[in-house]
Amino acid sequence: MIKTDILIIGAGPTGLFAVFEAGLLQLKCHLIDALPQAGGQCSEIYPKKPIYDIPGFPEVLAGDLVDNLMEQIRPFQPGFTLGERAETIEKLEDGSFVVTTNKGTQHNAPIVAIAGGLGSFEPRKPLLENLGDYEDNGVSYIIKDPEAFRNKRVVIAGGGDSALDWSIFLADVASEVTLVHRRNEFRGALDSVEKVQHLKNQGNINLITPGEIVGLNGNGKLESVVIRKTSNAAEDITLDVDNFIPLFGLSPKLGPIADWGLEIEKNAIKVDTFDYQTNVPGIYAIGDVNTYPGKLKLILCGFHEATLMCQSAYQRIFPDKKYVMKYTTVGGVSGFDGSKKEAPKAVIKAID
Amino acid sequence: MDIKIKIIDRDGVLHEIDAPTDMNMNLMEVVRSYELAPEGTIGICGGMAMCASCQCYVKSDHGLPEKSDDEEAMLAEAFNVRENSRLGCQLHITEAMDGLEVELAPEEL
Repeated sequence: MIKTDILIIGAGPTGLFAVFEAGLLQLKCHLIDALPQAGGQCSEIYPKKPIYDIPGFPEVLAGDLVDNLMEQIRPFQPGFTLGERAETIEKLEDGSFVVTTNKGTQHNAPIVAIAGGLGSFEPRKPLLENLGDYEDNGVSYIIKDPEAFRNKRVVIAGGGDSALDWSIFLADVASEVTLVHRRNEFRGALDSVEKVQHLKNQGNINLITPGEIVGLNGNGKLESVVIRKTSNAAEDITLDVDNFIPLFGLSPKLGPIADWGLEIEKNAIKVDTFDYQTNVPGIYAIGDVNTYPGKLKLILCGFHEATLMCQSAYQRIFPDKKYVMKYTTVGGVSGFDGSKKEAPKAVIKAID
Repeated sequence: MDIKIKIIDRDGVLHEIDAPTDMNMNLMEVVRSYELAPEGTIGICGGMAMCASCQCYVKSDHGLPEKSDDEEAMLAEAFNVRENSRLGCQLHITEAMDGLEVELAPEEL
């Protein structure tokens, strides 16, 4: 069981900054995120896009903002459970919470701060009637173990980086790789596009564009897919395959958090703006995941909410301790790693 | 100045609304401002043409600006796409859109 002071669900900018504010109060944090890396939407959706409304940064790339936040919180040694989705929450007799992920990892903390953004990112599934019948029987949305595709006939659908990158990777593993995309143009890193072109020319990747998978066949497990190349269904191709991997990116879903007994409005968690606490004492919601009158889904608002949340969390953990907020310029930053940052002392020198 | 736009929501209800041309708004934002689709189900990526939650079908015969590469690429990976599909977030409200009629595409589940 992982133990911490504040368990933060969601490692986007708001969740990351909460680690800093908690650290100033000597509170330790652990973060859970369904994505394999920190940064939330900033890393997953738009790492190379600029943001212009972070105070003090006339322009910053979303990915750089995440890198800066990671550097800023490093002294506070946050723990991470990445690639796992927070699934259930349970309140113990001592008032603390146990949050368990979909992989069974358990976390215990007196405070839970949900910084879940728009929710956890789930694969977008194509609209095929019998898709569910073949999930885990030939259809997969994420590739956990590439070896599972060794010497298999694989069809990949999609036009982004993951479709290109996995086509390239599996070209060496699978016996046959077919990449199907609705148009001839691919949206991906230029060298990936060139690599796929090269593998296609060599006959290592079978490219079908424009094309779309419109049907799945098989008895108990996937045996073939139907590929539509033109609007004329009579010209559909049936391709014998062992595996179909649709890679259409990820979309956020509020997911299991919606069932935690929290008051939900407009797909977001209602909070009190006094301290961003939910209707369950000890559970807070900060950043894009919360809602209140006048709410704006801005990173800068998430930072503010994280700061007030930490002050309230401190009072909850130490109800009898007196405390006033201290400026970092005055108090410096003392990391849990023994590091200490502080403003240089003024040099006093007499004039003779 | 304001223009009139007809929007058929996901339940098939027609709304005739006024959209400002001077507020730097796009069609997705207009839909949100009138709350014609629940928050969290439209404009998820914020308007970067990186999700297709604001997909709509253009029903009227307006000469709209060409799709950008980003919009083309996203629509190529979206679901429920038709010939007349556009991403609302990429349609900047202009006076030329007066009388535009669109239907919101179903929510991806």
